[in-house]
Amino acid sequence: MIHLAMATGFLLILIGFYGAVSNRNILRMIVAFTIADSGVNLVIVAIGYMPGRTAPILDATVKAGYAAARIIDPVPQALVLTAIVIGVGVTALMLAYAYKLYEKKRSLDIAKFTELRG
Amino acid sequence: MSLLLTAMTFVLCIAMIVAALVSILGRSLPIAILAAGLVSLVASVLFVILASPDVAMTEAAIGSGLSTFLFFFVLGRVRGGERDGEDESGSEHG
Amino acid sequence: MVKRLGALLLLLAIGGIFTSLLVGYVPDTELNDTARYYAYHTAADIGSANIVTAIVITYRGLDTLGEVTVLFLAAAILGLVLARGRRQAQARRALTPVGELLTTGSRVLVPLIMLLGVYVFINGHLTPGGGFQGGAVIASGVLLLLLAGPRKPFAHSLIAAVESLAGVFYVVIGLMGLVLAGGFLDSRVLPLGVLGALFSAGTIPIIYTLIGLKVGAEFSVMLSDLAETEELG
Repeated sequence: MIHLAMATGFLLILIGFYGAVSNRNILRMIVAFTIADSGVNLVIVAIGYMPGRTAPILDATVKAGYAAARIIDPVPQALVLTAIVIGVGVTALMLAYAYKLYEKKRSLDIAKFTELRG
Repeated sequence: MSLLLTAMTFVLCIAMIVAALVSILGRSLPIAILAAGLVSLVASVLFVILASPDVAMTEAAIGSGLSTFLFFFVLGRVRGGERDGEDESGSEHG
Repeated sequence: MVKRLGALLLLLAIGGIFTSLLVGYVPDTELNDTARYYAYHTAADIGSANIVTAIVITYRGLDTLGEVTVLFLAAAILGLVLARGRRQAQARRALTPVGELLTTGSRVLVPLIMLLGVYVFINGHLTPGGGFQGGAVIASGVLLLLLAGPRKPFAHSLIAAVESLAGVFYVVIGLMGLVLAGGFLDSRVLPLGVLGALFSAGTIPIIYTLIGLKVGAEFSVMLSDLAETEELG
C-alpha cells in the first residue's frame, strides 16, 4: 500500500513536469505545477505511513504511554501541512503574474513573451 | 480489512492518475482546472487511508477548494486566452 | 522538436531516479528517534491530544510563524501586483445580477460555514484540523459572500485589522512564552489542564484561534483581490 501510494505520487510529479514543459499556455503550466505539488505531498505522507498503525492523535484507544507503538510518524504530516498552505500561496502569486502578463500582451502563449530571449 | 483498504487505495490511485492525465492532455482549460481539483480531492481521501486526517482536511479545504476557485477567478478575467499556445489556434491571436 | 526531445530525456532521467528510489525503499517498522520523542513527551509536556498540532504550534512554532508570514507576504504582493487593474475595475463595473437562490442561500449558509470554521480551529488540539483548515473554511464563507454580492463593497479595512491584530497577538503570546515559560512560543504559559479537555494544552487553543483568524483573513484578501480585477480580452 505504501509503495502503491508512493508510485502514484512519483507518477503525478512526472505527469505535472511533462505538462509544465509541453504546454505553451501559462495557465495550463500552473495547473500542471499544482498536480506535481499534490504528487510531492502524497510521496511525503506515504513515507510517514506504517502499516497497522493509526493517526497520531491520543484518545481512549491510543493511550499516552503506549503511543510510540501505536501511531505513525507525525513529522511528515506537519511538513505536508505547511507545504499545502505555502503551495496555494505560490499558486495565487503565479496566477496574479499570469493575469498581469495577459494584461500586457493579451495572450497567454509563453512563446509570445520574447523580451528575455538572448 | 487490509485487503479492502488495499483495493480502495488501488482504485483511488488509478482515479488520480486518470484525472491528472485528463488535466494535462485534455483540450479544454476549464476541464483541466476541474480535473486538477479532482486530483486534490482524491488525494485527500487517500490521505485518510494513510492515517493522516490533518493533512486530508487541509488538502480538501485548501488544495481542492480554494485553489480551484483562484483558477476560475483568473480564467474568468482572461477571456480569449484559453486556447493560446495550442498549435492550431495559436496563430490567430498573433 | 529538439526541445521536446530534451524534455522527454529529462523526464526519463527523473523517472529513472524515482524508480530507483521506489525500488530501494524499505518502510520503517519502528518510529525514528524524533517521532518517538514526540510520541512519549507530547501528552506530559504539551498536553495536546493531537500530536501534529503539538509539533506545528509548540515544538516547531517558529516555523509556523514563518509560514504565516510567508502567506501574509504572498497576499501583500498579490495586492500590489493587481492594484492598478482593481482600481480601474471599480470605476466601471457592470455585472449581471446574481440569482435569488444564491443570495438567499448565502444568507443561510455563511453563518453556518463561519461556525464550522471556528469549531475546527478551536478544537485543533483535540481533533484533526486547526488554524489553517479552519481559516480556509472561513475564507470559503467569505468566497460565498463575494459570489452572492459582487456589488457590495468588500470590508478591506476590517479584514486588514483582524489580520494584523491576530499577527501582533501571536507574537505577543510567543514573547510571553519567552518570559514565563521555557522559550519563544512555548505554550506552557497557561496550565496544561486535563488531556482531552477543551480548555487544555496551555496557549495552543489561543494560538490556533489567532492563526485561524489570520489565515482566514489572508485567504479572503487573496480571493477578493483576484475577484475584483478587471475583465480583459
